[in-house]
Amino acid sequence: MRIPFGRKIVTYLLLIAAAFLVFTPTMMAVVMSFMTNQDIMTGSLPSAFSLDNYRRAFEQFPLLHYVINSFLVSIAIMIGQLILASLAAYAFVFLEFKGRDFLFYLFIATMMVPFEASIIPNFHTIRDLGWIDQYTGLTIPFFAMAFGTFLLRQNFKQIPKELREASQIAGMGDVKFYLKVVLPVAKTSLITLGVYGFLTSWNMYLWPLLATTNDNVRTVQIGLRQLQSQEQMNDWGVIMAGAVIVIIPTLILLFLGQKKLQRGLTEGALK
Amino acid sequence: MSYIELKDITKSYHAGNNILEQINLTIEKGEFFVLVGPSGSGKSTLLRMIAGLEDITDGVLKMNEKVVNHLQPKDRNLSMVFQNYALYPHLSVEQNILFGLKAKKVSKAEQQKRLKETAEMMGLSELLDRKPRQLSGGQRQRVALARSVVSEAPLCLMDEPLSNLDAKLRAQMRVEIRRLQKQLGLTLIYVTHDQVEAMTMGDRIMVLNDGEIQQVGKPITLYNEPANLFVASFIGSPKMNMGKTEIKDVSNFLVNKTLSFSADVRMQKAFQVHKNIIAGIRPEHIQPAIHQEATHSLEVIHVEQLGNETSLALDVGGELWTAKWPGQWDITAGNQLEVYISTEHLSFFDAQTEALIRPASFSGHGEVQAI
Repeated sequence: MRIPFGRKIVTYLLLIAAAFLVFTPTMMAVVMSFMTNQDIMTGSLPSAFSLDNYRRAFEQFPLLHYVINSFLVSIAIMIGQLILASLAAYAFVFLEFKGRDFLFYLFIATMMVPFEASIIPNFHTIRDLGWIDQYTGLTIPFFAMAFGTFLLRQNFKQIPKELREASQIAGMGDVKFYLKVVLPVAKTSLITLGVYGFLTSWNMYLWPLLATTNDNVRTVQIGLRQLQSQEQMNDWGVIMAGAVIVIIPTLILLFLGQKKLQRGLTEGALK
Repeated sequence: MSYIELKDITKSYHAGNNILEQINLTIEKGEFFVLVGPSGSGKSTLLRMIAGLEDITDGVLKMNEKVVNHLQPKDRNLSMVFQNYALYPHLSVEQNILFGLKAKKVSKAEQQKRLKETAEMMGLSELLDRKPRQLSGGQRQRVALARSVVSEAPLCLMDEPLSNLDAKLRAQMRVEIRRLQKQLGLTLIYVTHDQVEAMTMGDRIMVLNDGEIQQVGKPITLYNEPANLFVASFIGSPKMNMGKTEIKDVSNFLVNKTLSFSADVRMQKAFQVHKNIIAGIRPEHIQPAIHQEATHSLEVIHVEQLGNETSLALDVGGELWTAKWPGQWDITAGNQLEVYISTEHLSFFDAQTEALIRPASFSGHGEVQAI
């Protein structure tokens, strides 16, 4: 369908306005991270380009250390979630046992309990286990994921039962079927879930703040917060530089993931 | 020697509600055995029980004289072709064909040898690198067949394998499957709801309805001597014409209150035993009154010219009967038509028990012509 020229212009103007609204804070952060302190304080337009803020962000704080911590934690959570969610989803779809559907709905019902409600008992648990200031304390509480199990179950359900039966006749057990057929067929969903899990844990704030007391295992979001309140006056240039560094992995992942996701989706559509 | 033996096989998902009721059956080695019935008759369930994919509620299933009720599907030494082909979408044709062999840990050299033979036999040699989604329906079907051929299992089960194909391709695949079965000497159990497939492919057919065996026999036997009303109306296309029969006087009876026939001695006896009788006649046995004198005159409702034959819808006491005449006939709908119907061609069924009383008899000339 061809859109009339006039309407096209209006649509694009609206889109530009919306993009501007949404993107302005990010743009400001990026621009401010390259401005000198003087320019920021006076609120004038940038007069000089400087990388000073970035240098200072790395010098004053163990930013690189935070980033590495965040990577370790996010990747561990992502992998843990993928393994547990796919195994649980497999059981809910391909294994037949009494009360399976009831168990599944019970499982799903946990999605209605907000994270904040379980944060205190979780904290007690990891404290009693001695996992404070440990990677285990930062990651393991997030391995079991009702949403991921739900997503993968819906996806696995689309795999025809005949595939399982054909492999049963061929003499293939559950583990082999799960590894050789279910996981490759559900690749797209696994990637989606992986990206989602990674980003969610990368952006986590409250839990890492509670579960850590020192810089050794702290993640980057906590580090950012620390940049802010060290002294009376906030050094906005350094804070923005830190923020830009933090969003870079997210952006990279989104770009890479998007391409892969698109390919996966069209593959599925062609049947 | 019987190869597969079913003894009082019963299946129920809920107690007291049997999907299959006391199925007794033997299938010989090398036989092409067709299970046919309308949807919901339990034919697929029966096949899946033979495959070991469904539990057997009651009864004994024997293969090669051994009870296999609780044997795993993989230990039953069989292959299966599914309606939706069950090809692994992420694997190439070659990997799909070899999937089962890898699982059974057949040696690499043997795998390649069998793959080459099978691919050549099925005409898939050019397509081995493709993914299933890049194949047409017929090609996917062939891959599914190749997968079962390559396993070299002596028993092959097929669950409506042709129902996703268009009519032309279906006719072609019917021949291919039949040839393959003969060539490899397979014992094949084939489930279908299509009576044409059943008639054209099977050595023997079992008609199933509501979980009960209606009749087991050769295709021609089922056609000529259907055991009951269900088989009579299920086998044959267009289906057998049927009408209620009443006795007019000692030597005459009426079908559908319209068609009058004279009754012979045997018929008269039958009428004494059975209160309500239904008469049936195949469409090809309502014949043009050319060689014989017309026995009845019927109104033509509709004419279908098929080129090689002409299908007529006739009004018989308010019911539509079909007649099938070979060749091309210039007949106009709405006219009266002179036809010849012989009592010899009438089959009679008891209306209450639905069982056959007397099949159509063809005195003097058999329907099957031997060459």
